[in-house]
Amino acid sequence: MAVDENLAQVSNTLIYSAMLVYTGALGAYTADLAIRGRHGAGEPAGRPRVVPAGVGASGGSSSGSRSSSAGHAADGVDDAGPAVGASRLRTKAGGIGVSLTCLAFLLHAGGVLTRGLSVQRVPWGNMYEFSVAGSAVVTATFLAVVFRRDVRYLGAFVVGPVLLTLGLAVAVFYTQADQLVPALHSFWLLIHVSVAFVASALYTLGFSTTILQLVQERRERARAAGRPPARGRFMDALPSAAALDRSSYSLHVAAFPLWTFTVLAGAIWAESAWGRYWNWDPKETWSFVIWVVYAGHLHARATRGWDGRKAAYLVLAGYACILMNFMIVNVFFVGRHSYGGL
Amino acid sequence: MVDVRTGKQAARSAPAEQLETFLPETEQDAPAAPARLGLVGWSRWTWRQLTSMRTALLLLLLLAVAALPGSVFPQRRIDTGRVQQYLSEHRASGPWLDRLGFFDVYTSPWFSAVYLLLFVSLVGCVLPRSRRHLAAVRSAPPRTPRRLARMPEHAVRVVDDPVADVVARAREVLRARRYRIALHDGGTSVAGEKGYLAETGNLLFHLALLALLVSVGAGLFTGYGGQVLVIEGSTFANALPMYNSFTSGSRVTPADLPPFSFTLDKLAVRFEDRSTSQLGAPREFTATVTVRDRPGAAPRTETVQVNKPLQVDGAKAYLAGNGYAPVVSVRDGTGAVVLRGPVPALVTDAEYTSTVVIKVPDARPRQLGLAGTLVPTGLRQPGEGWISIFPDALAPRLVLTAFAAAPGQDGLGVNSGVPQSVYSLDVSRLTQLRTSDGQPARLLLKPGETATLPDNTGSITFEGLRRYASFDISSDPTKGWALGSALLALAGVTASLFVRRRRVWIRVSTDGEGRTVVEAAGLARGEDAGLGDEVRAVFEGATRADGVAGRRTVRGERE
Ligand code: HEM
Repeated sequence: MAVDENLAQVSNTLIYSAMLVYTGALGAYTADLAIRGRHGAGEPAGRPRVVPAGVGASGGSSSGSRSSSAGHAADGVDDAGPAVGASRLRTKAGGIGVSLTCLAFLLHAGGVLTRGLSVQRVPWGNMYEFSVAGSAVVTATFLAVVFRRDVRYLGAFVVGPVLLTLGLAVAVFYTQADQLVPALHSFWLLIHVSVAFVASALYTLGFSTTILQLVQERRERARAAGRPPARGRFMDALPSAAALDRSSYSLHVAAFPLWTFTVLAGAIWAESAWGRYWNWDPKETWSFVIWVVYAGHLHARATRGWDGRKAAYLVLAGYACILMNFMIVNVFFVGRHSYGGL
Repeated sequence: MVDVRTGKQAARSAPAEQLETFLPETEQDAPAAPARLGLVGWSRWTWRQLTSMRTALLLLLLLAVAALPGSVFPQRRIDTGRVQQYLSEHRASGPWLDRLGFFDVYTSPWFSAVYLLLFVSLVGCVLPRSRRHLAAVRSAPPRTPRRLARMPEHAVRVVDDPVADVVARAREVLRARRYRIALHDGGTSVAGEKGYLAETGNLLFHLALLALLVSVGAGLFTGYGGQVLVIEGSTFANALPMYNSFTSGSRVTPADLPPFSFTLDKLAVRFEDRSTSQLGAPREFTATVTVRDRPGAAPRTETVQVNKPLQVDGAKAYLAGNGYAPVVSVRDGTGAVVLRGPVPALVTDAEYTSTVVIKVPDARPRQLGLAGTLVPTGLRQPGEGWISIFPDALAPRLVLTAFAAAPGQDGLGVNSGVPQSVYSLDVSRLTQLRTSDGQPARLLLKPGETATLPDNTGSITFEGLRRYASFDISSDPTKGWALGSALLALAGVTASLFVRRRRVWIRVSTDGEGRTVVEAAGLARGEDAGLGDEVRAVFEGATRADGVAGRRTVRGERE
């Protein structure tokens, strides 16, 4: 099986184009937040408001996805305020942002696909391909949520990291299209990695939401203490800390079983490749640590004395471990997963 | 809109044991600390602390932290060589780290302490909860609270139908929505509860984790495994002496090893030979083996690949590595052939530059030892000597230096009783052979060539090259149990996180003017954004003869 260099070249071009469009989307989302912030300044999120009778708590928004947790996530967002609060305001910029994200995603996905076709295998055999495919899943997950609920406020905080990841991939991780070493030929690799992508994408969205939640909470506390925050007006366009907390919880709830599955599939893969399902190699160790930290996070949510903020710090720790697992462990630690191709 | 907290506080006025399995800990009252602590009181208090959610959380986080050093420091179980290297590079800190268990993190006392405590806590927590949950599943949904208006979701409406009709419809609707129901207040109120699966799943998850730990632990007692090296054309029989390294659980004796054997017929290897950036990267290894399940059994042919182990009699043999074994024949000073056969060489780099050691204890009058390098695709580099530029055997060269013992002496030490590595040559009691100009003799051989050793000590012929494969053989009888537990845990946690536990009540009464008043309320465990819709749907079903849900009227009538 030879590598199709032309296709590989097409893939690179698509990725560069996607980056360009993402940059546009990022600009649009930022403008959206700025505009909404200006509008919302009069009615800051999280302040109690009089609500018309019967319109409020989870009122009436689509019930199509009630059964799924992602649905609840967005319900939480809807709870944020009145039907026409700043966080619900639709700006043209936001719409442009979403359209550009769709376009960028198509280019991005095309880039992943052509890369895979050029080497005739799954396109995540090394760090470069990992980052590119992984960030495509992040965008896809974001778009999937955005089409159900208005979470455009997250746009900048999702597209930004995606762009950063692509930048890193292109500039630092780039590896020429090539085939895999034999240990990576496996059905379980496909399952393991694809589910890991989706779980990490959900964790990424959850992380962004949690950061916003922590910032929002600070602002709310400052305001309650009679010191209205002077900067970061755009935050007023976002849902209240409590609503963000609920969204973040739902994202993490969706991610946890997927990550559990990732670790499990990894163990099955290890068993089929090396005969031992668990070897404590650095990659496995970090996956385990991530699992434990996020289990701790869900646990904390049900533990007395651990309010939203304390539990949110566990999200930061968990996400730091994810980044560590991906960036540092692949490259610097010696283990059986050292196939980063760098 | 009803304030959620008020609702839950109202719920708290229900019998405590009912809510303990229903509300999460965060919404229950903290247990009172004991006033005075006797010994019994104290131990009970300690047990309570150990089995509390807070301790469990602490232990979980501690487990995460304790697992980390194992990814930073080399681990004996994975790579002893790197541990040795670390110790020799860090002479001051190394021994301390070693004493503290940093090179055996996952069997160290502190790591074990954390997970054992965690699982004691788990047992102490999950068993009582299971008991309570079982009781909850068996008993009918709890009685209807007096003040439904204080529940998080609530709706009221006046209808024309008689009370009995509404109650009947409420039961029907709840049943259709798969609630377990009970009639209270003399048949005028209906209580429904569903989503027991959430708690069942949560308990299943925690119990399955326990089962997983037990399976993994049992595997350590009943499994065995080791490494073997098999040269093309030769046979491995599953017996202790055939292993290069072997470990087994305390419950395994040599007699327990099933007597299978296999012959390595061929090892096909392919390396990247096109792409320049990954030139020489391994692409495919396929071993063809002839297997016999027991001595005398009919042979069968199988192929083994990296992700495709050989399965035989409860054990699996994984292709773990490969290398070359140059076939040599050595004549001694008397002209007799004293060694003939393949000698496995230790691969040292990605281009398969390999270390070769040939010991010839039977050579007369002087024992011979040869040491050097095999380069599969050799290239002579000025100043560096021979290096390999590609892992496949395109132009193999054998580069050796030779040593001999004093006549009649066991300079190789093979009969000394001290175990020796076949991959290293102890030259302390050997003399290096030199050419007439006093330089150490260097032999350079292509396949088919023969070199004569100085001082009439003999000669060596490089007859050809064979490949060998190394196999990791392992048998872990509890693997299946571990997998089963892990799958149950996954199913459990999924159910726990996605199933909603809900209670819904309908009360039907008559007001002062003789009209029928229908009241509905709902309470959920934890966050549940869909509860409002649920209550509304039940309410609509109970109040409308046609059972069709319509929201406008309800909204207007909600508080
Ligand atoms: C092996 C260690 C443990 C892990 C990985 C773990 C993990 C989790 C996870 C992920 C959840 C959230 C999912 C759910 O609600 O079902 C959870 C919930 C829970 N865990 Fe654990 N847990 C562990 C040990 C314990 C221990 C020792 C206790 C008892 C002190 C405990 C008590 C609970 C309880 C009561 C809940 C339900 C929380 C709620 O009310 O929703 N867990 N656990």
